Amino acid sequence: MQEELFLPLPKEDAPERMVRPSTTYWQDAWRRLRENRGATVGLVVIALICLFAIVGPYFSPYSYSDQSLIRANRPPSKANWLGTDNLGRDIATRLMYGARISLAIGVFASLINLTIGVVYGGIAGFFGGQVDNVMMRVVDILYGIPSLLYIILLMVVLGPGFGNILIAIGLTEWLSMARIVRGQILAMRGQDFALAARCLGASRWRILFRHLIPNSVGPIIVTATLTIPQAIFLEAFLSFIGLGVSAPMASWGVLASDGLAGIRSYPWQLLAPAFAISITMLAFNFLGDGLRDALDPRLRS
Amino acid sequence: MGRYIVRRLLSMLLVLWVIATVTFVLMNLVPGGPFASEKPLPEAIKRNIEARYRLNDPFWKRYIDYMGNILRWDLGPSFKYEGRTVNDIINSGFPVSAVLGVTSVALALLLGIPAGILAALKQNKWPDTLAMLAATIGVSVPSFIMATFLMYIFAYKLRWLPAALWGRPSQVILPALALAGFPAAFFARLTRASMLEVLGEDFIRTAYAKGLSTPAVIARHALKCALIPVFSYLGPLLAQIMTGSFVIEKIFAIPGLGQHYVTSIYNRDYTVILGVTVFYSILLVTLNFLVDLGYVLLDPRIKLAEPSS
Repeated sequence: MQEELFLPLPKEDAPERMVRPSTTYWQDAWRRLRENRGATVGLVVIALICLFAIVGPYFSPYSYSDQSLIRANRPPSKANWLGTDNLGRDIATRLMYGARISLAIGVFASLINLTIGVVYGGIAGFFGGQVDNVMMRVVDILYGIPSLLYIILLMVVLGPGFGNILIAIGLTEWLSMARIVRGQILAMRGQDFALAARCLGASRWRILFRHLIPNSVGPIIVTATLTIPQAIFLEAFLSFIGLGVSAPMASWGVLASDGLAGIRSYPWQLLAPAFAISITMLAFNFLGDGLRDALDPRLRS
Repeated sequence: MGRYIVRRLLSMLLVLWVIATVTFVLMNLVPGGPFASEKPLPEAIKRNIEARYRLNDPFWKRYIDYMGNILRWDLGPSFKYEGRTVNDIINSGFPVSAVLGVTSVALALLLGIPAGILAALKQNKWPDTLAMLAATIGVSVPSFIMATFLMYIFAYKLRWLPAALWGRPSQVILPALALAGFPAAFFARLTRASMLEVLGEDFIRTAYAKGLSTPAVIARHALKCALIPVFSYLGPLLAQIMTGSFVIEKIFAIPGLGQHYVTSIYNRDYTVILGVTVFYSILLVTLNFLVDLGYVLLDPRIKLAEPSS
């Protein structure tokens, strides 16, 4: 045994150097997303709405609850560029505060669904067998229940309010996330990288949460993005039937519901929140569809 | 086939039992109860009311009574409207809602499927782009927002159609259109995707090769295959239409079950909320079952062993 046998070889210049840095999954996805015109427009519109919601109120001379009966029911003008409502409150300002509530509900409800769905689906898919069977039977049964009816019932029981809307939506809308994650995990847990992690002595929970779930992040993001407009819709729907946030706070659903009363004489009171809801949902749906194409190339038709 | 039906029937009964139980438990969690008001009631009246509505029985006994009543289809009296039972409300409201619902489904099919076929035939040309843009808008705009737009344009600006109420055929059009928006858009997307798939099949090429015209190929060969997946979504869409109708009926002042439901929510009329929820759930679960059954009968390619993996 000679010692020089154990010396490293002299470093050569790598003979096959890569010309360009390799594109990662995320760079690739980002490029595909930007090529999708609908998704880009959606992203820009969402950014503008967020801007409108976050900084808008600081530039407004009114607060969302400032009442002034002298200014009641004014049409759009320079002072109130979207008009005023029946109590003289500035609609543009109320729309900005409404955007905060609607967006917050969309994002938080989506996060709650994501947490419950990922953990539930991840456990079912990873442990498989009887565990999976029982857990997915439960999901199947819950799937058979018309969820909106139960959101309404929950809201009747819990009472109106921001947190309660989140609870009601969070408790009922995680099923599709659980199904998607479970399918992903089930398909991946037999693959070589999971086996490699196991050979290296990783615990089962570590494999599940550090290897399998991060690898299914694409479909998770897509589902979460598409849950946001769903939650915004549900909040608007609940507010519309009187189960939403309480006055004088106003979400878009409350504004639309209030505006409907004056549709004949003061249509701007209805049209502003109606357009806001429609455009936001449209933007999120475009972005979600684009993300689906960008993050999961296999799904592209 | 027989075994499949029995299995689906059993799981449907299980779902219905879960629904009835969850509804009951939720309604028992409501704080205060329906007779709690600012003004305390005289003790004797309170006792009478509690005896009348059996509020003092233990939980399990009320649960058994409630289940028995549901089996006998007796949903109890309304708390708010004296002399009206929940059954009365369903009997008077549901036919109206059913007319509205069926009209919407028909409209959705009539609008959505041709749009989808057109988009598939003109793939990536302007009719396709236009139809799919319209479909994305239709999927995104909630029905109650659609309703307000339609009402504003057609009833107040153009004055073509009545803005509200129920009874004349012209009063069905706007609410039915508002409800049909989402399903029509959804059908258009599905039809397009499934037509594109079918149009690439060998038997379509064969049909063209033997000299058939495009309409004949579409009508006789392609549609039969392409529409099967579309019909499988009829179940979830019925749920969409039904829940949409709560608000639509309120907006258009239509005396249907949806409006009664929303009114009962405003009034906290618990027996009505409970009864109508159970009624809607049973209706939806049953319709879903029938749609699935029809789907299996329609498509000979489906294997009956396991409905889901």
